Amino acid sequence: MNRAARYRILLVAAAIVLIELLCRAGVIDRLTMQPPSEMVRDLVVLLASGSMNGAMLKTLTNVAIACVLAVAAGIAFGVMIHGHRAVRNGLEPLFATYYAIPIYAFYPLLIILFGLGDAPQILIGFMLAVVAMIVNTLNGLDRVPRVLMKTARIYRLGPVATARKITLPSAAPYLLTGVKFAVAYAFIGVIGAEFIMSRTGIGYEISFAYNNFDNKTMYPLIILILIISILINSTLSRWEALLMQRRSRT
Amino acid sequence: MPVTHLSLRNVTRIYAGAAPGHDLHALGPIDLDLEKGEFFAVVGPSGCGKSTLLDLIAGLSLASEGTIEFEGRPIEGAVPAGIGVVFQEDACFPWLTVADNIAFGMRQAGLGAEESQRRLDHALDLMGLGDFSGAYPAQLSGGMRQRVCIARTLVLQPRLILLDEPFGALDQQTRLLMGDELLRLWRDTGATVLLITHALDEAAMLADRIVVMSARPGRVLEIVNTGWPRDRDSRIVADSAFGDITGRLWRSLRGESLKALGRTRVTE
Repeated sequence: MNRAARYRILLVAAAIVLIELLCRAGVIDRLTMQPPSEMVRDLVVLLASGSMNGAMLKTLTNVAIACVLAVAAGIAFGVMIHGHRAVRNGLEPLFATYYAIPIYAFYPLLIILFGLGDAPQILIGFMLAVVAMIVNTLNGLDRVPRVLMKTARIYRLGPVATARKITLPSAAPYLLTGVKFAVAYAFIGVIGAEFIMSRTGIGYEISFAYNNFDNKTMYPLIILILIISILINSTLSRWEALLMQRRSRT
Repeated sequence: MPVTHLSLRNVTRIYAGAAPGHDLHALGPIDLDLEKGEFFAVVGPSGCGKSTLLDLIAGLSLASEGTIEFEGRPIEGAVPAGIGVVFQEDACFPWLTVADNIAFGMRQAGLGAEESQRRLDHALDLMGLGDFSGAYPAQLSGGMRQRVCIARTLVLQPRLILLDEPFGALDQQTRLLMGDELLRLWRDTGATVLLITHALDEAAMLADRIVVMSARPGRVLEIVNTGWPRDRDSRIVADSAFGDITGRLWRSLRGESLKALGRTRVTE
């Protein structure tokens, strides 16, 4: 482990210890927050009870659907418009300003259109994730060396085979960056939507616990979300590092 | 009796400009005939359309005028079977191992597993890459990566090999040794080789015949016969004839190179 990583872990640990001390000393009262050590204990109890299994399954399923759809659609759309200058010039300013739009403003509309089921949540997650995937796909395709495109023609590959065997593998590290963003945005979209209007899911459970001053449930659930997203992100990062390692001189 | 393998008649390439009158006349008109099995080199000042010429022969772009025939059949913007190309830039696929890189074209062509393996083993052995078959290109030196690209081309057993400054990115010693390997491959495969290079010594050492091209638009200035025996290697650089050939190439090329630099007169 390098020095920077050690300092980073030290910083996080110090913050946790500080909160623990402040809670135990009574500076932060129990109604606001309980000590981190108790949050962890409550999380273990909560998970062991199985009462959150349904909510977790619901949220993770919706995130997975939103994410898979966004990645597939983002890559397909990116590949499609990559070669079309005029289309890209028209769309790229929209992509650049896309994340300035507070997408939750459309949530009432989505509920009217799709009802109270899973669809609006998945759609919000998808809408947030897909543009990051498109932008990163375009970025990756822009960086495919021209000589590889020439090589594809020398081997007489058609457009689909060229995408599958040359351009997408060549752009893989950038696509993976897109996937990382897509996962994060899908989580934000789905859990945020569950907060606003839903009957199930981790977001709903956090919101429900909050409204009932149930800190013993709320904080463990927040930690649970943190753990899940960190696990997914670090797995993807490790995969990304492996790809990059193959391509850089050692 | 020499057999014509590749023939260019009145080949011209003009790139359309943004506005009328701004067209770029890159190449030609050019007439050339390559004999089957010969080692042919093209030298010329930078920007004379050497790479354009290669793109046309490889079927990567279309001639504005004129015809190119390979083995008696016209090349019209489609990559012909039987032609292999090695580019100056690193064209290895960084996500594939050396073995998978070399086997890429064979998989594409649907060659049987057994035959593919045989050719792969042969190519690995021939190019001295046997110990690196499982390595990724990033782990190899520039010279070795270029060997992977050459091997990837050779396994398809092309009858005409086009080389676009394949050693341009390598140091001088490596270039000489790669030249030896190239000569050996040329003799072993019996293929016709067209080498495009800006290095006069490289052309003089490797080729049977060398065409000197003019500054843009590239035309044929002169064709030099080297008269080397087929069984040659890099040691001929010590031969007195080698100096004569490079000298002769430079005499025809000097004025053109100055033109390419934007000067018309030699400043003393």
